[in-house]
Amino acid sequence: MNMMNFPAFTMPENSDALPISERCDSNLARVLAAGEFAVTGELGPPKGHDPEEVRSKARLLLDCVDAANVTDNQAAVVRMSSIAAGQLMMDEGVEPIIQMTCRDRNRLAMQADLLGAYALGLRNLLCLSGDHQSCGNHPGAKNVHDIDSMQFLRMMKEMRDESRFQCGEEIPGGGPRFLIGGAANPFADPAEWRPYRLAKKAIAGADFVQTQLVYDMDRFREYMKRAVDMGVAEQLKIIAGVGPLKSAGMARVMRDRIPGMSVPDAIIDRMTAAVAGIDTENKPERSAAWRAEGIKICIEQVQEIREIEGVAGVHIMGIEWEEAVRPIADAAGLLPRPVIEA
Amino acid sequence: MIVAEQKPLNEIKSMLKGYNKVLAVGCGTCVAVCFAGGKQEVGLLSASLRMSTDLDGEAVNVDEAIVQRQCEKEYNAPLEAELEQYDAILSLGCGVGVQSLAQQFPGKRILPALNTKFMGYPAEHGVWEDRCQGCGNCVLHLTGGVCPVSRCPKSLFNGPCGGSQDGICEVNQEAECAWHVICENQLKLGLFDEMMEVQPAKDWSSARDGGHRRIVREDVRIPDEEKA
Amino acid sequence: MSTDEKVLNADDETFVPEVVAFCCRHCAYSAADLAGGGRMSYSPSIKIVELPCTGRANSLEILHALEKGADGVAVAGCLPGTCHYIRGNTQAKHRVTHVKELLKTIGLEEERTRMINISAAMGAQFVAEFTDFVETVKALGPSPLSGETGNTRTGS
Ligand code: SF4
Ligand code: SF4
Repeated sequence: MNMMNFPAFTMPENSDALPISERCDSNLARVLAAGEFAVTGELGPPKGHDPEEVRSKARLLLDCVDAANVTDNQAAVVRMSSIAAGQLMMDEGVEPIIQMTCRDRNRLAMQADLLGAYALGLRNLLCLSGDHQSCGNHPGAKNVHDIDSMQFLRMMKEMRDESRFQCGEEIPGGGPRFLIGGAANPFADPAEWRPYRLAKKAIAGADFVQTQLVYDMDRFREYMKRAVDMGVAEQLKIIAGVGPLKSAGMARVMRDRIPGMSVPDAIIDRMTAAVAGIDTENKPERSAAWRAEGIKICIEQVQEIREIEGVAGVHIMGIEWEEAVRPIADAAGLLPRPVIEA
Repeated sequence: MIVAEQKPLNEIKSMLKGYNKVLAVGCGTCVAVCFAGGKQEVGLLSASLRMSTDLDGEAVNVDEAIVQRQCEKEYNAPLEAELEQYDAILSLGCGVGVQSLAQQFPGKRILPALNTKFMGYPAEHGVWEDRCQGCGNCVLHLTGGVCPVSRCPKSLFNGPCGGSQDGICEVNQEAECAWHVICENQLKLGLFDEMMEVQPAKDWSSARDGGHRRIVREDVRIPDEEKA
Repeated sequence: MSTDEKVLNADDETFVPEVVAFCCRHCAYSAADLAGGGRMSYSPSIKIVELPCTGRANSLEILHALEKGADGVAVAGCLPGTCHYIRGNTQAKHRVTHVKELLKTIGLEEERTRMINISAAMGAQFVAEFTDFVETVKALGPSPLSGETGNTRTGS
């Protein structure tokens, strides 16, 4: 791959921007505004309508995260709506970050659903393009992509800061005051473009971003340095994604098969070494050893990430392993979570 | 050009159920160039249908014809005299060709033999790629001559998504990431600044979303009184 | 020969398949000559069509021959890499493969067509290749399209 030569760029001044705590009254906004190192988690709604599934997962995250993402038809597989699941979570005392993709809704549906979400008391939003439907369980679906994630951020900012619908019409009674988030992948290509895309998200209207899972600490440091040098980190809260590995196989799949993921060999070696001496037939023990090592690596990563300039928090993704979040947050010294009065 | 591909033979056969005498009509323009509906393809499909229906014991008579441009009625007019003898017309034109026959010969059953795919570019002999979805408001001047509507599966307008890797699109390991190419082109053109501008939400009313699309050019229109 | 006759012959194992051979002038056609000159015998029912190159063999002609009742159609061109027009024989191979695909959807045995590669000097090989092809076709029996019934009319 040829290196591309991108021209220098500095974030434009944004001196009249409101402080985060005044943009939105969510717990996450308050934590970020206070300069506390934020912790977010993630909850995947069930492929059915059992509210208990959401509630029990929410309880695993209670008091160990400041807010948790609720995915929106993640991987293009139909699941309980993120807004409905977000409400259930909120009832359990966990603040949700509603994910919404551009794949499934046009601008009318997005705005309508988000007005509804706000009415229910949901306050944080993550604006995504969405995985393509071809990788999910309805590959024959028509995708929407009326607007892209950047335009989505801009739309939400205008709804909030200018009380205008996307069409320009005024929103009676003012727009929903969401804390607006986006996703960022420091490891995708063109690699040189990534800090610029981050800047662009901030310009479009993001208050915070959550990154793809960080395993490659060197590349992440480089990325953060660019973000800091460009002045992006000043205007945008960058929350680094981390997640415990469950096995050496999972690490390899992530490295080899998932576009835009970087997993260094050293991590894979550590995972492989974790089961050294355990009989390959002894599945439960191997799994336990892997998981213990996965958590250990994750804790170390959180500690390293905390030291990187410009990082505002960690997003701990326990993919179908919500139980792992508490021990990681605890061992990394992130508990108890701060309580900041509104 | 318009790129199309033949439907599976069995699907065509089931459309033809109940018809004994059929005229297959190809088109000598776009679909001939992409080897889907030219003279050769009309011949192959017609022979295949004759042979296959014969083997099934329900032989269908399939005759062959070709017009230079099926999407224009003037070219189709000479077919009219022969149509009487056919139970159905199997069109190997693009969707526009099929419809122009249907409009021109109401009451005649017109069946599509092709699936019209896209406005495409012959990337190499035998390979065609989507290049334009006719969105009605071209943005190629902003995107280094690469169409993000047709070539990015998510129709993004503001740069490559987080799945772009080694220039390949996350959606299809065989396809390049359109936005990777756009990045390269914009850099070469010294137009990178444009990439940092947040492109506003697209007005899709110029695309099919806007409803009936029609272009009227009074300057080339023939006044009613001059029409034959 | 009518189908009835053919079927009859097939039953008493004297069915002689009608085979069309599209032969390139530079190789297979000369090889056939050589075989003939050397008094090597091959199936009398092979109808040879001389082509300037197998690149001239057209899918439609192969299919038409089968439509009109040929029991088998072979395309015989130069050995790989020795085409006088560089890649006529490779194109022919692609076309034969394409016709095979068509035959599958049509419902006719794809073994009724075959690409053969041969050089001008290979008289004996010509005989061997064609004998093998004729045997294959013979085993398949007469083409169900070879009768008077059904669609034997021309298309164009
Ligand atoms: S931007 Fe629109 S008009 Fe231009 S090439 Fe793409 S789809 Fe076609
Ligand atoms: S990888 Fe590139 S082409 Fe594919 S969806 Fe993402 S931006 Fe579009």
